[in-house]
Amino acid sequence: MDFEFTAEQVAIRDTIRELVQDRVAPRAAEIDRTGEYPKDIEKLFAENGILGIPFPEEYGGISGSSVTICMGVEEIAKACASSSLILAVQALGSYPILMAGSEEQKRRLCPPLATGEKVAAYALSEPGSGSDAAAMTTRAKKHGSEYVLSGTKQFITHGSIAGTLVVFAQTDPGADHRGISAFVLERETSPWKVEKLEHKLGIRGSPTAQIVLEDVKVPAANRLGDEGAGFKIALAVLDRSRPGIGAQALGIAEGAFAYALNYVKERRQFGQPIASFQGIQFMLADIATQIEAARHLVYRAATQVDSKAPDLTKVAAMAKVFASDMAMRVTTDCVQLLGGYGYISDYPVERMMRDAKITQIYEGTNQIQRVVIARALLR
Amino acid sequence: MDLELAPEHATFRAAVRELAQGVVQPHAAEVDRLHRFPEEAIKAATESGLMGVLIPREYGGAGLDAVAFAICIEELAQACASTAVIVDVHTSVGTEPILLFGDEEQKRKWLPRLASGELLGAFALTEPASGSDAASLQTTARRNGSGYVLNGTKVFITNIGRAGLYIVFARTGGQERAGGVSAFLIPAEASGVRVGQVFEKMGLHGSPTGELVLEDVSVPVANRLGAEGHGFTVAMRALDSGRIGISGQALGIAQAAVGEARALMLERGHEQGDDFALADMATRVESARLLAYEAAWLCSRGRPFTRQASMAKLHSTDTAMQVALDALQIAGDEGTVTGSPLERHVRDAKALQIYEGSNQVQRIVIARDLLRAG
Repeated sequence: MDFEFTAEQVAIRDTIRELVQDRVAPRAAEIDRTGEYPKDIEKLFAENGILGIPFPEEYGGISGSSVTICMGVEEIAKACASSSLILAVQALGSYPILMAGSEEQKRRLCPPLATGEKVAAYALSEPGSGSDAAAMTTRAKKHGSEYVLSGTKQFITHGSIAGTLVVFAQTDPGADHRGISAFVLERETSPWKVEKLEHKLGIRGSPTAQIVLEDVKVPAANRLGDEGAGFKIALAVLDRSRPGIGAQALGIAEGAFAYALNYVKERRQFGQPIASFQGIQFMLADIATQIEAARHLVYRAATQVDSKAPDLTKVAAMAKVFASDMAMRVTTDCVQLLGGYGYISDYPVERMMRDAKITQIYEGTNQIQRVVIARALLR
Repeated sequence: MDLELAPEHATFRAAVRELAQGVVQPHAAEVDRLHRFPEEAIKAATESGLMGVLIPREYGGAGLDAVAFAICIEELAQACASTAVIVDVHTSVGTEPILLFGDEEQKRKWLPRLASGELLGAFALTEPASGSDAASLQTTARRNGSGYVLNGTKVFITNIGRAGLYIVFARTGGQERAGGVSAFLIPAEASGVRVGQVFEKMGLHGSPTGELVLEDVSVPVANRLGAEGHGFTVAMRALDSGRIGISGQALGIAQAAVGEARALMLERGHEQGDDFALADMATRVESARLLAYEAAWLCSRGRPFTRQASMAKLHSTDTAMQVALDALQIAGDEGTVTGSPLERHVRDAKALQIYEGSNQVQRIVIARDLLRAG
């Protein structure tokens, strides 16, 4: 058993922590209020190599380890959940290439993502196909050396700003999920249309797009894996990215708790800091215990991903469901600890509570995680 | 034992529901999105006599009881939680203290105007450094010849800027803490009354919340509500029945969330996981409703109801928060998009665990009562 991070991982984390506190934390409230994508922070992450974390060195990156991705996402999410998605979705959108791409594809497609020259996104969901991913209707028809894609993808994080978009589409509509294939769309040569951007409960600085593919031509060289392998790729990617959502939830909870803990020590009522009341102390103890438990599950899952452990699917789902449920409870309690001040936008915890909710929903709702866990247990 | 609503309560519920669903609900999403006061809803509530539910007929009100009040707020909240809290604060903590503690002259002067909706009521107790510890408030009311001069800043005041009359709690001297507090009726147009910061909030965007600043505000003695030094008693009694209204608001939000989750499940299909969640949600709401109605029923009979009102407030607002989150979870991504009532319910519900006594304060009230009375 080893609960220590490597010296290199700690160094990366400390660098990110410092950058986030100096440059991201002061922007977080404004990003939420305006709902604008923080291009400046994307640039900051690119310049400091943070967007290279999801990639091994041979493809222009600095790590490729799930543990390191989680450490980065956690640190950023402590201050700004919207900004943490810049790293998390760079990983999500790149995993299909790293996992299913040929050597040629990896060498061609990854370096511009690792340097942050391009942003990646992942387009699986459709208006009529959320948890039931196999019900997708986006079509990919082969014409000679290229495919023509048409369809609508829904709730695509960074779909509006991405330069590289992994799209799942039916190449054999009669074959159900066995007819799904994965494609990499590069914006300059295979442009997609952004139909609308959603206004959301939280993570307002992270654009969520509905995108429309109107006969978009994609070279056959940009198909990932075999025809029909797409569904398997999609699920394998989600297995690997789920610890990252767990890490995001963990960071949100930690950020809210750090603020609330400081607040209850300062806020005086009845002639003493409210932290001196046992009712408050019990809340603090429960919050800290839940965070600690979630942290171990998240990093255990990330370790399983890195070691390609046979039970990574189950553990990754457990980490995601546990950490996100924890974050929702903890942030709700942190608003409570601040009382009326917690409810107004002059303080950060109401934003953190709004941001936490989506972690229970995206990259597989927590209901789906439970289905995945139960299926693994019963097999 | 009879858990049936009395016929007059059932009739009243049907009437409020028709108004709430017909006039209030259609504006709820826009009120939230634009952070605007629900003018249409409050106008309709005024025209239907809902601003005077608890005020006796002789003062121009409907003369109904606490059960009707809870039903009224529940039905409004099912349509729009912002509208519900505006009417709730006006009716209970913003008006009822005059009914309970006012002299005949004060009742004749203020109640008809509050009952007709000409004036909106508000309640100003909390201060920046005095929240749960209300007895530590610092606003002063200095005796000055034939009246008082008030100075101080109140915070988190619902109906700020819209209210025509604020019930303000201030220190008149003498004893420290609770014993030195008196209650005052402060008209919004009195010289020196100013609206300070109006807060951007997580939810309840249609209900203005902000600071009330009092700078050398002079009022005659006739504007003191109750005896000097009895203000804290006025405030605590007002909050006891106020909690019945907040419980009603919680029930309305929770019921709306259950209804929307159910409709969604029927529309798109459902498996056992969703079924179990829906069953838990509905069970929680049912238990909260019974607790809230019990508190209202005790209150309407003039029996002690402090403990039950706190239990109702604690349980129903925790229920509203949980049920709103669970309903949003059933909806998934579609529910988080602004404009979906489900994400609004989550944002609205959170306030209820905090205001009119945070749920920590409710636990203190309940435990204290249990340890004293058993």
